[in-house]
Amino acid sequence: MIKKFFTRGYIFLILAFIYIPIFILVIYSFNSGKSIGAWENFSFIWYSKLAEVKDVVINTIVLAVVSAIIATLLGTLGAIGIFYSKGKLGKSVKGMSQIPVVNSEVVTACALVMLLVIMGFSHRTIFGLYVGHITLSAPFVVLSVLPKLKQMDGSLYEAALDLGATPTQALFKVILPEILPGIFSGFMLAVTLSLDDYIITATLSPLDFDTISTAVYKAIALTTEKSSEQVPIYRALTTIIFLITVAVVVVMNVRADKRVKEKRKV
Amino acid sequence: MTLASKEQTNGTIKKRKFHLSFSRKQLCIPYALFLIMFVVFPLLLVVYYAFTDSTGAITLNNFIEFFTDTTKISTLLISVLVSFVVTAICLLIAYPVAYILSKMNKKIAFVLLLLFIMPMWINFVLRAMAMKELLSLIGIPLGSGANIIGLVYDYLPFMILPLYSTLIKMDKSLEEAAQDLGASKVRVFIDVTLPLSLSGIISGAMMVFLPVMSCYVITDAFSGSTGFTVIGKLIAWCFLGENGTMTNINGGATISLIMLIILFVTMFATGGFKSEDNVRGTNI
Repeated sequence: MIKKFFTRGYIFLILAFIYIPIFILVIYSFNSGKSIGAWENFSFIWYSKLAEVKDVVINTIVLAVVSAIIATLLGTLGAIGIFYSKGKLGKSVKGMSQIPVVNSEVVTACALVMLLVIMGFSHRTIFGLYVGHITLSAPFVVLSVLPKLKQMDGSLYEAALDLGATPTQALFKVILPEILPGIFSGFMLAVTLSLDDYIITATLSPLDFDTISTAVYKAIALTTEKSSEQVPIYRALTTIIFLITVAVVVVMNVRADKRVKEKRKV
Repeated sequence: MTLASKEQTNGTIKKRKFHLSFSRKQLCIPYALFLIMFVVFPLLLVVYYAFTDSTGAITLNNFIEFFTDTTKISTLLISVLVSFVVTAICLLIAYPVAYILSKMNKKIAFVLLLLFIMPMWINFVLRAMAMKELLSLIGIPLGSGANIIGLVYDYLPFMILPLYSTLIKMDKSLEEAAQDLGASKVRVFIDVTLPLSLSGIISGAMMVFLPVMSCYVITDAFSGSTGFTVIGKLIAWCFLGENGTMTNINGGATISLIMLIILFVTMFATGGFKSEDNVRGTNI
C-alpha cells in the first residue's frame, strides 16, 4: 500500500515536471498581457496575431514534409537493398548509414558547409538545407524499415515469382505492402526530426529563411525588441501544436487499438 | 523430358535468380551514393580542413591553437562535465520511471509512457521556451543551474524510452528465480535487473550525453549574461559568426574533429549502442 503510494506519487511528480511548463504556457497564451506571471485579461489577442508567424509555420511544414518524402524514398530503397545484399555492399551501406545517427548534428551540419564551399556554392541555400534534413532523417527511415523486412516471410517473394510475377511486380505487390507500416513510421519519424531540428537549419538555411525552431531561438536567446514582441505569439503557437500532438497521439492509438481488436476476431 | 531440356530450364532459372538478387541489391545504390556524397566525403573534408591552414598548407597549428587557448579548453571540459551531470540526472530520474512502468499493468503503462514521451513531438526549442518562462516565473536566475534544468527537461524523454523498452523485454523469470533462491529485493535489483538493463542504460546515456555537448540552443537561452556555453557553440561560431557568415573554416573543422574523436572514444568505451533503440518512440 505504502509502496503503491510512493510509486504513483513519483510518476505523478515527474509528469508534473514535464507538463507544468507547457500548461503554464497554455494558460498564459490566453492572457492579454505580454509577460508571464502578470495576469491581465482573458483574450484571444495572441491567437489573432498568429498570422504574423504564418511564413515561419509554412516554411517549417513544407521543409518537413518534402524532406521527409525524399528521405523516405531513399531510405526505403536503401533498406531493401541492404536487406537483400548479404555481401560487402549491404554491410558498408548500413555502416555509412549509422554515421549521421550517432554523429552530433553540429558536426554533420558543419561538414556539409565544407562540402558546399568546396563545390563552390554559397553555404546558405535551400538546396543545402534540404540535403541537411534528408541526411539527418533518411538513416532513421532505414532503421524503421529494416525490422519489417526481417519480420517478412521470405518465401512470399519467391512464391510470387514462381506464380509468374516479374521482379518489379513482386516488389510492389508483395514486399511493399508487407513493409508499409515500417515505411509509414519512418516517414513520421523523418517529419518529426525535421520539425524538431534547430542546428542544421540554423547553419544551412538562407539568412532570411526561418523555421519555428530558428525563429523561437531568436525570440528567446537574442531578446531583441522585436523578438520579445513575438514571444506571446509563440505561446499561442505552442498551445496549438500541443493540441495537435495530443489529437494525433489519440487518433493513432485508437486506430491501433481497433486493428488489434480486428486481428483478435480473426 | 530430355536431359538437355532439363539443363536448359535449370539454366534459365539460375540466370533469372541471379538477375533478381542483383536488381534488388541495386535498389540501395541511390542511397549509397547519397551517403558517400553527403556523409562520408564531408567527413573527409573535416579531416582535411583540420590539418590545413587558410592557404591550404598542411599544418598542426589548428590543434596547437585549440589546446593552448584556455577559454576553448575550459569550454570543452565544462561541456564534458555538464553532459555527465545532465546524463546522470536524467538516468536517476528516468530509471525509476521506466522500472515502475515495466511492472505495471500493460495498458496503463502504455498510456503513461505515451504521456512521458509526447513532449518529444513538440518542437524542442518551444519546450525550452516553456521551461525558461517557468524558471523566470518562480525566480530561478539564468546561469549554469538553469542550464542544467533546461537540458534535463529537454532530454529526459530520450532517456525514458530506451530504458523502458529494455526493461519490458527482460526475462522476468530470472528475477523470480533469484527471489525464489532467497535473494532480497535489493540484491535482485542489483545483481539481476540492473546488469540485464545495462544495454538500455547505455543507449539512453548515448542519446543524452553527446547531443548535450553540441546543444548550444539551450545554453544560449538559459545562460543570460553568465556566458556559460558548450563546445557545439564554438563550432557553430566558426561557421555562423556574428551575422551568419563564415569566419574560420579550419578552426571549426578542428573542433569538429575533436568532437568526432570524443564520439569514437565513447562508442568504443561503451561498446557502441543499438541504433534500433534510437527511434524516438515511433516503434512502440
